[in-house]
Order: sequence, then structure tokens, then C-alpha cells
Amino acid sequence: MAGIALSGLTKRYGQQTVLHRLDLDIQDGEFIALVGPSGCGKSTTLRMIAGLEDITGGDLRIGDRVVNDVEPKDRDIAMVFQNYAIYPHMSVAQNIGFGLYSSGLSKAEKQERVTAAAKMLGLEPLLQRRPAQLSGGQRQRVAIGRAMVRNPAVFLFDEPLSNLDAQLRGQMRIEIKRLHRQLGTTIVYVTHDQIEAMTMADRVVVMKDGHILQVGSPMALYENPVDVFTARFIGTPTINMMEGRLTSHDAGTRLVLANGIEEAELGTLFSVPNANLPVLVGIRPQDLSVANEVTPGHLSFSGEVVEVEPLGSEALVHVQVGEDILISNFHGMQLPAIGSSIRLTIAPERLYLFDKTTEKALVRAGR
Amino acid sequence: MAITESRAGSRLLRYKMVRPGAALVWFLLFAGGLVMMTPIIYMLATSLKDASQVYDLQFIPSAPTLDNYITLLTDGRFSRWLANSAFVAVAVTLSNLFFDSLVGYTLAKFRFRGRSIVFIAILSTLMIPTEMLVIPWYLMARDMGWLNSYWGIMFPGMMTAFGTFLMKQFFEGIPDDFLEAARVDGMNEFQIWWRIAMPLVAPALSALATFTFLNNWTAFIWPLIVTSDPELYTMPVGLSSFSVENSVQWEMIMTGASVATIPTLLVFLVLQRYIVRGVMMGGLK
Repeated sequence: MAGIALSGLTKRYGQQTVLHRLDLDIQDGEFIALVGPSGCGKSTTLRMIAGLEDITGGDLRIGDRVVNDVEPKDRDIAMVFQNYAIYPHMSVAQNIGFGLYSSGLSKAEKQERVTAAAKMLGLEPLLQRRPAQLSGGQRQRVAIGRAMVRNPAVFLFDEPLSNLDAQLRGQMRIEIKRLHRQLGTTIVYVTHDQIEAMTMADRVVVMKDGHILQVGSPMALYENPVDVFTARFIGTPTINMMEGRLTSHDAGTRLVLANGIEEAELGTLFSVPNANLPVLVGIRPQDLSVANEVTPGHLSFSGEVVEVEPLGSEALVHVQVGEDILISNFHGMQLPAIGSSIRLTIAPERLYLFDKTTEKALVRAGR
Repeated sequence: MAITESRAGSRLLRYKMVRPGAALVWFLLFAGGLVMMTPIIYMLATSLKDASQVYDLQFIPSAPTLDNYITLLTDGRFSRWLANSAFVAVAVTLSNLFFDSLVGYTLAKFRFRGRSIVFIAILSTLMIPTEMLVIPWYLMARDMGWLNSYWGIMFPGMMTAFGTFLMKQFFEGIPDDFLEAARVDGMNEFQIWWRIAMPLVAPALSALATFTFLNNWTAFIWPLIVTSDPELYTMPVGLSSFSVENSVQWEMIMTGASVATIPTLLVFLVLQRYIVRGVMMGGLK
């Protein structure tokens, strides 16, 4: 097992810089997820750790070794690819055993490791089958098995569940998490699915356009996103955003929404850099409550229900408030009818405020 | 028109209409097949005639005989020609399978300076007809002492632009993940090519093997030019010796050609399903 340290890690293709001086410390045994939209550089970062991409600048350490110029096979890593990359002309046993190609182990030792990995992954009855005879989940387990037999210091996963259906993804998330608990190996996991990142990782790294925006535990990112992008990316359903203005007065600050109707006194809840600040107001759907009347001190919205999305035990209710549409989480069987009027309310301490110009989060007291 | 029995037992006429378009297609296919098969049928028929019947122009010999086959197969020269053709065709085929796939793989999977120029240079050789290359080949063979040798017959075809292009197209279809997984697992580049990439392009290899074998089995011009020693004659060159200035033994030529067709037929029958797949997929991205 080993930690990983990225120091000023940079990647350029010709004149274009795709990774800008990344700094990141991954602890030994940690499960860290790199998450972000397509093209943010998360896969490139992973491939640089694996040694499949050259490093343009900065240092990469695995353990206490600088591995910038070390071949992939000598980095003590194992990788699981998005498309499984299991060889169609080999059996399951041969595919799993392929991870030991350059290990120097005897045939008996290799066989022992293959059997142990197959047992742990429930692949023993399938050892003589070819990949074409396996389901997607089974193929992914073979790919994981091939990585496991190497007993690497670091596991690298490159969107391993993206080709699976929703139910299978859920099952495989649990299996990978269980494996991490059993093996305790450092895992770097790339995904564009923030649910995977939130449910599996010890820490999540949010990336955008080759930069690291924020690193933290899943709940830390959820509760304290540093900017609008992170707030929108983390959390399901996506956070609502409304325009507003924060004005200072003797008793503190007042928030007035752009429609000029809703407003709330925020006291000293937020540090405001200037007296009259355009802001973006983030409202998580889960923090909205239905109210029959205005609640003092709360931000209140009156609107019309324009859409209801039942999800089983909960529903997403879309409410037209002026020119904005607010999405709210509803629990229970009693759902509002489309076209009906509704009042939603939110406590001021549940609001997320962002400077509209810089899109950075305003500092909150007590969070 | 199909006639069927009804449940009640009485005969019913059930007209099965054949679309005019389908009838035309069938006619054209049949006619085309007949045109292609006629020379082969006539070749077989002529091989069963004696010298006096050759110019009768009959598809079915009036007095068929196997004497031509007995004469040919007991002629020591014929078995020598057969062996020479087999040796040259197999050696050149193996060489093409190795080198064309090695170069095709490199062009498909590696990025290096001058890659496009190399590929265009290889492809451009396809535009030069063989007849124009025969003179520089001959001068090269003469200067290197390769005249009247197996190497002299084989060297122009040991690697081909067509084969390289075909293999490049196929290798491009292999996901890079396969190769990168092998790199992470500790294989060197040659091993990745041999153990991972080559098994995945088996259809292309079969198609290339078939084309190369057929081309070299039936090659005539270059072996005729580069060899004067009868011991080195390949099958087509050897059969042409039955045609001398005032006398052409057509029955012997046709007999030899019929026997020479057998290996090519066998190769084609075994590998035919890969030929279409190989050529089609070579043209698709």
C-alpha cells in the first residue's frame, strides 16, 4: 500500500494545457474519487498516475518514489478500465492470471492467486468461460480480479461502472466498497457520476477545465461547496439557483431576490465584502418545505406547480416562481396537483450564497 | 406457382408471385455464374481429352481419358514445379503475415514523427503496376546474385502495401484499452502485438493469407523472368513449357491447371468466410 502525491502536476498537448499544476495528497489506504464533467482532466490525471501518459511538468510520487519516468509495470499499480479490457480470446482464468504476467511467480503460486481472487469475486464457476459468455457485471469483476491478483500498492479505476445498467451499478458500488474495506489498498476512482463519488469515496476531488476546485469529504462538499460549479455538481437533484442582491444595514444583511418579491433578513449569517452585492442564491431541493403561511425569518416562495416527477418514496415538484422554476423534494403519498398554488419556505441558514461575479461562495458563520 | 393441399383434402392452387425485380437478379446471378464457370468447366473437359480431341470444342468429351493425369503426375518435373510453387507461396504468405501486420500495427497504434509520410509512401507503391517494377527488380536481383534462386522469386512479394493497409485498418479497430492493460500488466510492445493484438485480428490475417497465397501460387511473369533453371520453375512457368514454338499441348496444360487449382480451392474453401469479413472490415472504421 502507498500514498500518492501530485506536486504541480501539469499536462500539455502542444500549446494546449489540459492540467494546470495540480497539487493533491492521497493518503495510504484512502479511497479518493476524481469527479467532474467530461473533459475536466480526471481521466488524464489517472492515466498520468498509471504511466500511460507522459508528465509535462511537476512531480508524481507513489509511496516515497518519484515515478515520473517509471514504466507502468514498475509503479506497483493495477488499473481497471471503463471498457473492462478483458481479452476475448482468453478464458476468465487466463484473463485474471494475465495480471501476473511479469510477476516472476511460479505456476502454482499464480494458480493460487487466481483461485483466491475468483473466490472473492464469485467467479469460480466461470473460470473456463470466455468473455463473450459473461454478463457486463461479470466482465467487470473479471477486470477487477485481474487487477487484484497483482496485490498492487494502488488501484486505479477509470469509470468502471459507466457501461452497466443502474441496478448493476448499485450492486458493483457495494462490491468495490467491500473490496476496499477488505484489502485496504489505496484507490483512485474516476467517475462523472457524483452519486458514485459521494457513496464510495473517503474524499472527493472536484475538477473542472484541468483545475482542482475542491477536495473534501462527501458531506463537506455537500454542505460547504466553494463555488457555484461544485454546488451544482454535488447533490441530487441539482441545487436551485436564483439571482438576488445582498444589502448591508446596521443590523446585518438583507437578501432580496431578483424578482423583488421575496426577501429575508440574514443578520450576520454571511460575511459580505461590500454593501450592495449581486449574488446567486443556492437552494437545495431537500431544504424546501411546504408552508400554509409565511414563516417569520424564513425565505418564502409562492408559485404554481408546473410539473411533478414521482420517484417512488419521494417526488420532485417543479414550482414556477416568477421567471424561475424551483425544484423541491416531496416525501409521502400526498402530491400537489399540476396547476395548483403552493408556498415553499426555507430557513436562512440553509441558503447558499455565491458572489455573482466570481461565483465563489460567501463565507458563512457557524458552518 | 405452388400447389398445396387444403385441410379439407381438395387441391388448391396457391399462386406465389415472384417479384420481377427478384427474377431479374436471379437471372443475372445465374448468367454471371455461368460466364465465370464456363472456362473452368472447359478446362476440366479438355484435361480429359486426348490430343486429337482438343480442338473439338466439346464440353463433354466423347472419349474421356485419365491418361493426361497419369502422364503428368508420373512426370518428375510436375512434382518439382508443385513443390516449388508450394514453397514460394507458403514462404511469401508467412512473410506477409508477419511483416505486413507488424508495420500495420505500428502505423495504427503508434504516433511518431513522419508517420503520415511513411504511410503515404507505402500506399503510393500500390499505384505502380507490376510490369513497371519488373525491370528494377531484375536489375536488383542480378546485382545481388539472386537470379535463378528461390530468394530471387520471393523477394519482391515478401511484404506488400495492400497487406500493410489491410492490417492497419484492422488494428485501428482494436480498443487502446486492451493494449494499455497489457502494458500495465508488464508486457513489452512486441509481446503486446504478438499475444494481444494478433489474435484479435484473426479474420484479417486469414484474408491476407488467402489473397497472398493465391497471388503467389498463380504468379507467372516474375518467376518466368528471374528463373531459367527448370529445377526452379514454379507451376505456372512449368506448365508454359508445354507450349513450344510449333506445338501447344493444350490437353497437358489444362490438366496441369486443373491439378494446380486444387490447393487454391482448398485454401479458399477453408478461409472464405474470413475473406469477405476481412475485406469489408478493412474498409470500415
